[in-house]
Amino acid sequence: MTHYLEFEKSLAEIEGKAEELRAMAAKSEGMDVEKEAKALDKKAATMLKDLYGDLTPWRKCQVARHPERPHCLDYIEALFTEYTPLAGDRNFADDHAVMGGLARLEDRPVMVIGHEKGNNTSSRIERNFGMARPEGYRKAIRLMDMADRFGLPVVTLVDTPGAYPGKGAEERGQSEAIARSTQKCLSLGVPSVSVIIGEGGSGGAVAFATANRVAMLEHSVYSVISPEGCASILWKDAEKMREAAEALRLTAQDLHKLGVIDRIIPEPLGGAQRDTDGTIAKVGTEIGKLLKQLDGKSRDQLIADRRKKYLQMGSKGLAN
Amino acid sequence: MNWISNYVRPKINSLFSRREVPENLWTKCDECGTMLFHRELRQNLNVCGNCGHHMWISPRARFEALFDNGTFSEVEVPMPVQDPLQFRDQKRYADRLRGAQKASGEKEAMLVVEGEIGRTPIVAAAQDFSFMAGSMGMYVGNAIIAAAERAVQTGRPLVLFSAAGGARMQEGILSLMQMPRTTVAVDMVKEAGLPYIVVLTHPTTGGVTASYAMLGDVQIAEPGALICFAGPRVIEQTIREKLPEGFQRAEYLLDHGMLDRVTHRSEQRSELITLTRMMMGMPPAVAGELPPPANGPDAPQTSVAEVAEAMLGGEASTSGGQSS
Repeated sequence: MTHYLEFEKSLAEIEGKAEELRAMAAKSEGMDVEKEAKALDKKAATMLKDLYGDLTPWRKCQVARHPERPHCLDYIEALFTEYTPLAGDRNFADDHAVMGGLARLEDRPVMVIGHEKGNNTSSRIERNFGMARPEGYRKAIRLMDMADRFGLPVVTLVDTPGAYPGKGAEERGQSEAIARSTQKCLSLGVPSVSVIIGEGGSGGAVAFATANRVAMLEHSVYSVISPEGCASILWKDAEKMREAAEALRLTAQDLHKLGVIDRIIPEPLGGAQRDTDGTIAKVGTEIGKLLKQLDGKSRDQLIADRRKKYLQMGSKGLAN
Repeated sequence: MNWISNYVRPKINSLFSRREVPENLWTKCDECGTMLFHRELRQNLNVCGNCGHHMWISPRARFEALFDNGTFSEVEVPMPVQDPLQFRDQKRYADRLRGAQKASGEKEAMLVVEGEIGRTPIVAAAQDFSFMAGSMGMYVGNAIIAAAERAVQTGRPLVLFSAAGGARMQEGILSLMQMPRTTVAVDMVKEAGLPYIVVLTHPTTGGVTASYAMLGDVQIAEPGALICFAGPRVIEQTIREKLPEGFQRAEYLLDHGMLDRVTHRSEQRSELITLTRMMMGMPPAVAGELPPPANGPDAPQTSVAEVAEAMLGGEASTSGGQSS
């Protein structure tokens, strides 16, 4: 069963009717409903186009959080071969909100790291909804360090509501772990490419998304704070998330204008969840292209380019 | 009763009584409630004489107490594009910014200066919590980069006093991008082999803690300072239980291995002198009162640089020789 978002209600009705008609026809012989069903399909297609043609920032947030959107694990399984997960921070625990390991992307060995949200109740709890603890960032640091020593490119897939705000996480130095992870990203002498595939939630995302090249899926979001959080602080009303989402400029399109990201990867009509295979394949092609742009650069050049990019970032505002 | 006693006299009285007792003569300690006399409070660097509670202090007041003879010079910070997102909540960001500038008399939430502490040349930066909660936007990022560049250029240690509610939401993603930007700045100082010391003050939270404020060679905090990534209220809402006493306070972090030291404000100057001199391979500082610099307190900037150069150029013995 497809999961419909709040703003897709009317679409759900039409698509549901078409499905019902076809089910009825399949049961009773000699009943021809194809004509009506086709008309409904057509109506649904137009509606989908209208809905997704111009998504508001708040709707994009909802699409980015869609439970059926492909997650990190789906990308790793489909795009990489010989994926060998590596676990633990050698200090405290293995954080299941962060996955990573050695893998091949079109035969080229790389280090792949990402946030995994899970896709059903039990896996979501196991993955802590993609909210990493310090161990997750420290595992990532360890893996990035390894990639750096063996000259392997680093590919990160970002999809997190944010770092986990818990008691233990704070006691074990959540902020220090995030700071060191960002620092490690900046010191890599190997090419690094990051793709924001869903939610890029604040510092928890930056810790992975600081890279030579950063791409975003068309309906993914990347923000300093969630629209709900921003609304409750600045508007003193969490229900003002639509306004907050608008003001924060968290869409891939705005971030591209601001020069924060390098590429927008188009999604199928109706969002990534409507064609997961197609979306994953497109992301794979883009990662390949972005890595190619970095081929042949020396260690020093990769570090210097990355630094320069961040030092200059935002110097022009939206006038870019 | 007549018009004079009913109206004129109270009016006159109110005029006079207002002049007799200015409002800002006494400050109430927000911890123990003791009324503190302003002159005494200033002398104590805004630390409560009764309970030792560290209150807010402006970057300028802090620097006046930190630097030799209270002299320092400002390092220029490149002004970023103002209000890059044309952000508006219930109020325009541009208006909030102007309001904060007017109220504080400062350009933005961070002040970068250079000068000498115990004849040790340093670059220092301090975040101002009273300016939009010290929040980190493009300007604060630029300030830290300018401080780092100045430190590298002059071969001086960088001392940073942090205080912030986090990233400046009104600059959206660009405020978040200050995390990698300021980390690049910290790395520049480290690569130059110079010390980077952070003094965390109340409160230091969010994206600020999760970037430059946690990357110091030495991490010092003021007593009682709240230092965290996620604030206590957010955590209580998430885990639905009461947090232990002193959670996320400086002493708690020290216990959990996140800090090197918790140091009283009045002792920070001497501690910073000791640390920076050792880390820079300089001889011990001279104890006691220092004679004023050769050119007097109003000396032009070049003299400070010359002294710095002389000290770093192996002629460090001169600083030792100026005792007595």
